[in-house]
Amino acid sequence: MADDPILAPPTGGIVIESVPPEVSSLRAFWSAFRENRGALLGLIVVAFIAFLALFAPFVAPHSPIEQFRQHVQQPPIWAGGSWAFPFGTDAVGRDVLSRLIYGARISLGIGLSVMVVSVTLGIVLGLASAFLRGVVESVVMRVMDLVVAIPSLVLAILIVAVLGPSLVNTIIAVTVVYLPRYVRLVRAAAIAELSKEYVVAARVAGVGKLRLMFVTVLPNCLAPLIVQAALGISDAILEAAALGFLGLGAQPPTPEWGAMLADSREFIRSAPWIVTLPGLAILVTVVAINLMGDGLRDALDPKLRRS
Amino acid sequence: MFRFLIRRVALTVPTFVALMFVTFVAVRLVPGDPIEARTGERGIAPERLAQLRHELGLDQPVWQQFLDYAGGLLHGDFGVSIVTKTPVIQEFAILFPATLELSLCALIFAVVFGIPAGVLAAVKRGGAVDHTVMTVALTGYSMPIFWWGLLLIMFMSEYLGLTPVSGRMDLINYYFEPVTGFMLIDSLLSGQEGAFGSAVAHLILPSIVLGTIPLAVIARMTRSSMLEVLGEDYVRTARAKGLSPLRVVGLHALRNALIPVVTVIGLQTGTLLAGAVLTETIFAWPGVGKWLIESISRRDYPALQGGIMLISGIVILVNLIVDLTYVAINPRIRHGG
Repeated sequence: MADDPILAPPTGGIVIESVPPEVSSLRAFWSAFRENRGALLGLIVVAFIAFLALFAPFVAPHSPIEQFRQHVQQPPIWAGGSWAFPFGTDAVGRDVLSRLIYGARISLGIGLSVMVVSVTLGIVLGLASAFLRGVVESVVMRVMDLVVAIPSLVLAILIVAVLGPSLVNTIIAVTVVYLPRYVRLVRAAAIAELSKEYVVAARVAGVGKLRLMFVTVLPNCLAPLIVQAALGISDAILEAAALGFLGLGAQPPTPEWGAMLADSREFIRSAPWIVTLPGLAILVTVVAINLMGDGLRDALDPKLRRS
Repeated sequence: MFRFLIRRVALTVPTFVALMFVTFVAVRLVPGDPIEARTGERGIAPERLAQLRHELGLDQPVWQQFLDYAGGLLHGDFGVSIVTKTPVIQEFAILFPATLELSLCALIFAVVFGIPAGVLAAVKRGGAVDHTVMTVALTGYSMPIFWWGLLLIMFMSEYLGLTPVSGRMDLINYYFEPVTGFMLIDSLLSGQEGAFGSAVAHLILPSIVLGTIPLAVIARMTRSSMLEVLGEDYVRTARAKGLSPLRVVGLHALRNALIPVVTVIGLQTGTLLAGAVLTETIFAWPGVGKWLIESISRRDYPALQGGIMLISGIVILVNLIVDLTYVAINPRIRHGG
């Protein structure tokens, strides 16, 4: 009995006690996430698209901007095309498949950049509002009210009109549009945490303000933030594609999915694959990210479960 | 309740002021000289330049310019379009009914299909109907609507030849002066046979496209709200009393489940107006969304400024009305506040 590891007096007690809950919470999360078949499917699809985006130069059969002038508007394989251009070519003879693969880079890149910047700014502004209250809070929250009041795409259009259409300005515009949801979320979560006993205890123990904000309180606000961030990526991709479609996003010849759709409008009749495929790429990516986000929400934050 | 009302209304004032400020600053940050944009000449006489600057108020200090701008807005002066030389508010008033008609039809489409779908999914929770509704809702929610519009044009208009590709009316066969600005009403008033049918045919695809995201949002919201209500004690009581399931679901549960749904419907105004920009561009629908995009490409900044001010103002007002309605129909808030 004395050899039983459980009953034996703890020797390296600190290590043993602090590690297991960490592992089991991650494991609990994973088993909850895995149960959700839709979320798992979403994860697989997102991983596949991310793989294509990362290794685009090795995966794509051609350059996304090279024009094969003797193969203009060639149909895809299933419509009698050739294996040289599996998804056909567009109006100036560029390989649609290669453009779609490189487009994944741009769309995921936009989605991730917007998410990282707006989450970071959201944490800083949200925590500042929750901790400092007063003037800071009023100003920040009123500015957020204003951003929310203007329809998202209209605000993005205004920003791009001022800054000029480009990929970077698309990211700036979409970040501004989606910032309020993170600021509001972090602020609300932090205010709720601030009244709890462990925060009071930390204050009494003399923990500094910055440490209190980022080390004590922030980790306890993360669950809803992670969920929102995941869903925010898909919204950012949609918004950026809409700007690209309106000609206010990535400029030609950048293989951005929305811009590809804009170029394709006049070929609805003659070359439907040029219209169908980029939109399908957007839809599949956004659906997959949303499925994954829903799964994250159910696994991380049961309170937020919609049903 | 009264205090809440005052507070809620007062809160919109700083938002409006900030909105004025943002549109004012934004247009001044836009690259390009407003005078050059107006005259289109490179070298004009200094006296003429000074005169133009004076006419536009550009010789005033910036704060004075802002006050003039804000004062103008309060008097309904939203500037004058550089291209058409007509007041922005006048252009907006002519185009807005088209956007409103489209948005209302889209919202009706979303409500008529979204609420029953959500109720069915909740009642048959976990079944095939539920899964289908939720899958369709997820797809709709994730839909790039500009692509959805192109697909529908490709299939319904080009392939099947069922619906017109663009515009609001078959202008070759019908012509009449606008009375209300709503094509459905004007076509009936005109008395021309077939005009109403043409108006309806032109509305179908744009309404579906614009209504898709609200449809998904409403269906999801109705389902989760219904599920919550169906678990309540009074629903169990109603069931225990022996009321028919239809009566329980339709009368007792739905009435209460709809409160949050109504709020969500109201909050779709922003989504609809943002979506109108894309939908109107695809279907060449002569509304404020298409006009806004065109004013960017024409570098007509007063139109852009005024248009954004007007569109955002409408959204702020509708959200205010939604909030107040929510308070009015939800007794918990009414008595609590």
